Amino acid sequence: MTTVKTDERIQRVSFLTKALRRPELGALLGALVIFITFALADTTGQFAGLQGAAGWTKFAAPIGIVAIFVALLMIAGEFDLSSGVMVGTAGLLMGNLVSELGLDVWPSMLITLVFAGLVGLANGYLVIKTGLPSFIVTLATFFVLKGVNLAVTKMLTGTVRVDGIDVASDFESARTWFATKIEIGSASFQISVVWWILFTVFATWLLTRTAFGNWIFAAGGDANAARNAGVPVARTKITLFVLTSMAAALVGAMTLLELRGMQAGQGVGQEFYYIIAAAVGGTLLTGGAGSAIGASIGAAIMGFAAIGIPYALWDQDWVSTFLGVILFLAVLVNTWLSKRAKGARK
Amino acid sequence: MSTKSSKNLAPALELKNVGKSFGNVVALRDVSLAVYPGQVTCVLGDNGAGKSTLIKILSGVHKQSEGEFNVAGVPADFNSPRDAMAKGIATVFQDLATVPLMSVWRNFFLGNEPKKWWKPLGILDTIKAKKVAKEQLLEMGIDLRDTNQAIGTLSGGERQAVAIARAVYFGANVLILDEPTSALGVRQSGIVLKYILAARERGVAVIFITHNPHHANLVGDHFFLLNRGRMIASFERETVVLDELIQAMAGGSELDTLTHEINVIRND
Repeated sequence: MTTVKTDERIQRVSFLTKALRRPELGALLGALVIFITFALADTTGQFAGLQGAAGWTKFAAPIGIVAIFVALLMIAGEFDLSSGVMVGTAGLLMGNLVSELGLDVWPSMLITLVFAGLVGLANGYLVIKTGLPSFIVTLATFFVLKGVNLAVTKMLTGTVRVDGIDVASDFESARTWFATKIEIGSASFQISVVWWILFTVFATWLLTRTAFGNWIFAAGGDANAARNAGVPVARTKITLFVLTSMAAALVGAMTLLELRGMQAGQGVGQEFYYIIAAAVGGTLLTGGAGSAIGASIGAAIMGFAAIGIPYALWDQDWVSTFLGVILFLAVLVNTWLSKRAKGARK
Repeated sequence: MSTKSSKNLAPALELKNVGKSFGNVVALRDVSLAVYPGQVTCVLGDNGAGKSTLIKILSGVHKQSEGEFNVAGVPADFNSPRDAMAKGIATVFQDLATVPLMSVWRNFFLGNEPKKWWKPLGILDTIKAKKVAKEQLLEMGIDLRDTNQAIGTLSGGERQAVAIARAVYFGANVLILDEPTSALGVRQSGIVLKYILAARERGVAVIFITHNPHHANLVGDHFFLLNRGRMIASFERETVVLDELIQAMAGGSELDTLTHEINVIRND
C-alpha cells in the first residue's frame, strides 16, 4: 500500500526528457563533442589535462564574465553591442587615471566601474526613453566609444597605448585579486577563472531564484503582459544594461592589470563573442528564454577552439570559421531541441 | 446558484453620468452603472460602442471628463492602473495577461513574487510559490498536471483562467474582464465562463465586457448595453430574454434594416 499522493496524469518524465528541456543542454552536448574531438586530434597530449584546462579557461574566462550578463540582457529582450569596446574604454580610462593623473590603482578601478555603470545607465535610459531598438542605440555607443578610445588615448599619451601603471604603489595588491595565477598541480590557472565561476553561480541564482530573475524573463518574454502584471520592465532592463557595462569594465581592468598596459583598439569585436557565447548557450535572440550557465558553456567552447586548434597543429587562421559554424549548428540544434521537448521549462 | 439582491448591498464600484471626450470626439456620454460584490455585471456593445473607453476609465488608464466615479462609495482618483490595482480593481486584458515562455507558477506570481528570508534581497520562495499556485488554481477548478510547464502550452481558455485566478488570489474585489471569450472556441469559452462564476461565488464583483450576448446571458446578473457611447438599455437577470438582448445590442431597428437588406440581395 502506498500512501504517497500523486497525480496520475503526471506522466513519468524520463531524466533524458527532463534534461532536454533545459535551454543550455544543446550547448553542453555540443561542448562535450567538441572537447572530445579536440582531445582526439590533440598532438601535445595536454589538451584534456590540467595544462589544457589552464589554457582554455584563460581564453574563456574574460569572454564568459561578460557573456553571462550579455545573456541576461538578451533574455530581457535587449542587446548591448557596446560591451566589447567597453572593455577597452575601461582599461584605457583606468590606465590613464593611474599613469596620467597619478591616482592609485584601487581608486582608479572604482572610478572606472562607476563610469561604466553610467554608460550602461545611458544605454538603458536611451533605449527606454527613445523606444529605439537597443541594437541601434548600443551600436551608436560602440562607435562613439571606439572613437573616444583612440582620440583621447592619442591626445593624452601621444601613442595608441596606455602604459606605466605598474609604478603605482598598490599595483601588486590589485593584481593579487584580478591578475594573479593559481597553481594547481603543474598547471597555473588565471584568477579570472575564479571570477568567471563566481559570476556564473551568481547570475544563475539571480535568474532562477529571485524576483528580479522573474522580471528578466517576463521583460523579454512579453513586456506588455509583464507591465500589466506590475513588473517594473524599464527598471529591470536599465539595471541589466548597467550590470553588462560594469562586467565589461571589470574584464577591462583585469586585462589592464594582466598586460600592464592597454591598446586603444582593445575589446573591439569582442561583443560578437559575447553574443555568440549566449546564443550557443541556448539564449533566445528574441528574448524570454536562456541561461547564465549556457553562456558560460558557450565561452568554454570558444576556449576549446582557441587552444585545441593550435594543439592539433591545424592552421589557427580557421578559428573564426570554426566558431561561425558552431554558432549556426548550436542555434539550429537548440531550436530543434526546444521544439521537441516543449513543455516544462524552469 | 445564489440570488443576492443588489438592493441590500453597497456597490463595489459606481459610475454616475460619466462622460469622456477626446478633443471634440465624444467617446462616452452620460453612462451610469453600479457593480455589486458577488455578482456578474455584463457590459455589452458592438465595435465602437465605447467599451474600451469604459474599461480604461474603470482600470485607471483614463480619467472621466464628466460625472462621478466611486469605488466603495469613495470618489476614485486614479492616475495609473497601479492606483486602481491598489484599490483592488484588477483588469485581465485579452492576450496580454501572461508571458507564454514562463512557467505557470512564475506567471501566477509575476509582479507579486513571494519572498523568503530578508525580503529586500528578493529571494523567491519557489516551494511556496508552486504550492500556492497549484492550490489556488485547483480552488478555481483549474486542475493542472504540473505548474512547471510553460503557460504557452496551455489552451487560450486555461491561460485566461490562470489570469483570473491570479487576480482573485491577489485580493481583487473588482475584476474587469476585457473580451475574455472573443478569441476562443465554444469549449474554451465555456471554461472561462465557469471561472467567471467561480470568481463570483468568491464574492468578487465581476465586470464582463463582451460583444457576445450568448456568453453574457449565461453568466450575467445585470446587463448594460452600450451603443455609440451611450448606455441604451439595462436588464436584470430575472427579466432578461436572450432575443431581447441581441436585438437591443444590435440597435433593434438597425438589425431589422440589415435583415431586410440582406433578404433583398438574396432574392435577386
